[in-house]
Amino acid sequence: MDDKNSVNAEYMIDISDMYKIYKMGDNEVRALNGVNVKIKHKEFVSIIGPSGSGKSTLMNMIGCLDTPTSGTYYIDGKEVSKLRDDEQAKIRNQKIGFIFQQYNLLPKLTVEENVELPLIYAGVSGVKRKELIKTALSRVGLYDRRHHKPSELSGGQQQRVSIARALAARPPMILADEPTGALDSKTGTEVLEMLKELHKEGKTIVLITHDNKIAHEAERIIRIMDGKIVFDSLIDGDKNEVNV
Amino acid sequence: MNFSQAFKMGMKSIMSSKLRTFLTMLGIIIGVCAVIILVSVVQGSTGSITDQISSLGANSISVMLTGNNKAKTVEYEELLEFAEENPDYIQYVVPNMSLSGVTVKYMNTNSSVSVTGTTPEYITIKDREISEGRFINSSDIRDRRKVAIIGSYNAQDLFGFESPIDKQIKLNGQIYTIVGVFEEKADSEEASDDDLVVIPYTAGRLLFNTSKISSYTVWATTPESSEQAADMLENFLFKKLGDEDGYRVFAVSSMLDAIDEITGTMTLLTAGIAGISLLVGGIGIMNIMLVSVTERTREIGIRKAIGARRFNILSQFLIESVVVSCMGGLVGIVLGIAGSVTIGMLMGVNAFPQVSVMLAAFLFSAMVGIFFGWAPANKASKLNPIDALHAD
Ligand SMILES: Nc1ncnc2c1ncn2[C@@H]1O[C@H](COP(=O)(O)OP(=O)(O)OP(=O)(O)O)[C@@H](O)[C@H]1O
Ligand SMILES: [Mg+2]
Repeated sequence: MDDKNSVNAEYMIDISDMYKIYKMGDNEVRALNGVNVKIKHKEFVSIIGPSGSGKSTLMNMIGCLDTPTSGTYYIDGKEVSKLRDDEQAKIRNQKIGFIFQQYNLLPKLTVEENVELPLIYAGVSGVKRKELIKTALSRVGLYDRRHHKPSELSGGQQQRVSIARALAARPPMILADEPTGALDSKTGTEVLEMLKELHKEGKTIVLITHDNKIAHEAERIIRIMDGKIVFDSLIDGDKNEVNV
Repeated sequence: MNFSQAFKMGMKSIMSSKLRTFLTMLGIIIGVCAVIILVSVVQGSTGSITDQISSLGANSISVMLTGNNKAKTVEYEELLEFAEENPDYIQYVVPNMSLSGVTVKYMNTNSSVSVTGTTPEYITIKDREISEGRFINSSDIRDRRKVAIIGSYNAQDLFGFESPIDKQIKLNGQIYTIVGVFEEKADSEEASDDDLVVIPYTAGRLLFNTSKISSYTVWATTPESSEQAADMLENFLFKKLGDEDGYRVFAVSSMLDAIDEITGTMTLLTAGIAGISLLVGGIGIMNIMLVSVTERTREIGIRKAIGARRFNILSQFLIESVVVSCMGGLVGIVLGIAGSVTIGMLMGVNAFPQVSVMLAAFLFSAMVGIFFGWAPANKASKLNPIDALHAD
């Protein structure tokens, strides 16, 4: 656990020539069609593109949730395809915090138990878990709701629980797939502010969105279209894109 | 993640899906319960048949002379002689004359009994005791004394609380003196083993209206030799009578063998039916598990996404199915015992289940429950997290 924030390689994420091809009978869908992307440690990147362009597919690859048809992927210097199932689980547990558009909370567990899950799988002791749960839930302002079931909370509150769950094990990277997609603009802004804060604390953030305005809150924008990266630019202090 | 964590997680899951837990358990409960009741009741009733037959005595051989051929007959003395020549096989030859519907009268009390005319060995081979007075002795036989030993039912029926000893009764009008009372064996009920009158066979000529003895109980020296003794008797009788239809010889031990065979077949049959009910229970469990598998697959996807290893998933689900199956099995055993005992009581047999039956039913259904609970989880745990997450 103690080396997980240490930097093993120049890039947190280093993907080259990645393809993900779904074969449906005769025709095939190239969800990823030769993607090359490098993301540095502590960078805040947003990935933007129209519906069906392959954003979620890319994020699933980055999160070690799916296997590509071909291509190589190094996460913090480790080649993912060479890792065993259990080692990938360990990476998801310790290096990545996921925030999904549909929250993906376990409906039968309480808020507290949901946040506790990644800590249990990380082997954190009971006392320490209580402490980390309190920190994470207080941060999203839901500690007093810890005994509620997710279904008893509003959408925005559920998304905050899932943020707390992503933060609990203190991973160095947060992957968020349309975290504001199901929220109104006010709660959406709150979530966004939280991500910016986390970035300031030194976490790598990858934010997927189809909203241009939200995308411009990041340091860097990657535009994706039909499974290909078509544009990759930095954002300056005045929120203007600067080509590199 | 250690065992106690996995256990807590499994229990949490059980407690949070009470309906699913209950339905799964129901399959196991019904399976275990049905098997225990079925097997115990069948074993109990065949057991009681075996008990009844072996109460006749495994040494016992019944010999009946059925022919009416006056010229060729076998006398009691000839059978005794044959027995003396074969002491390794035959211990006693006991005549068994009997007549039912005999009117017994004492003072003004009348009733109907069956009377047996026999010898002193009768009490040994029937394994009876005398509670008051004595049994027939050899001088009764020799002197043709008109003495009688009566059952405890008859003693109560005729004499109430008086002692019957030395009282005189009339059997179909002939006067007999009571010299003994049998010890109670069947709660002194009418038409039971306690309702009987025994007299010396030599005294009963007038009562039985014949001096010909057509039924004997031959007592083999050991239970093991009884079948061979029966064969020897048959040979002897065939030589004497020259007619296979003139006699019938019948060893209780060979009947017990036949019953054993029937019991074996019955047990196999029951096991078959029991197996089917377990299978039906198993299919019930499988259905519940398959219905909940989509929900569970998504759960597994989420757990994997946030870092659960395959081992974590499998141990959680395994613990879950073990706990549910074992609880169901235990409830099934309790209900099975209750059901067997109740049905056994209604049928008048001892149907308390054997431990081996309970154990076998429990183990089988626990295994079915564990397998069907665990197999879908095992399959889902091998999926890509994203495929599990997108399951619907
Ligand atoms: N399991 C699958 N089987 C077949 N095709 C798939 C599968 N998953 C994704 N696709 C296809 O891959 C392409 C990219 O999908 P993806 O979910 O990455 O899009 P997206 O950019 O996230 O879109 P949205 O903004 O609507 O979420 C789409 O054309 C989609 O139909
Ligand atoms: Mg998407």
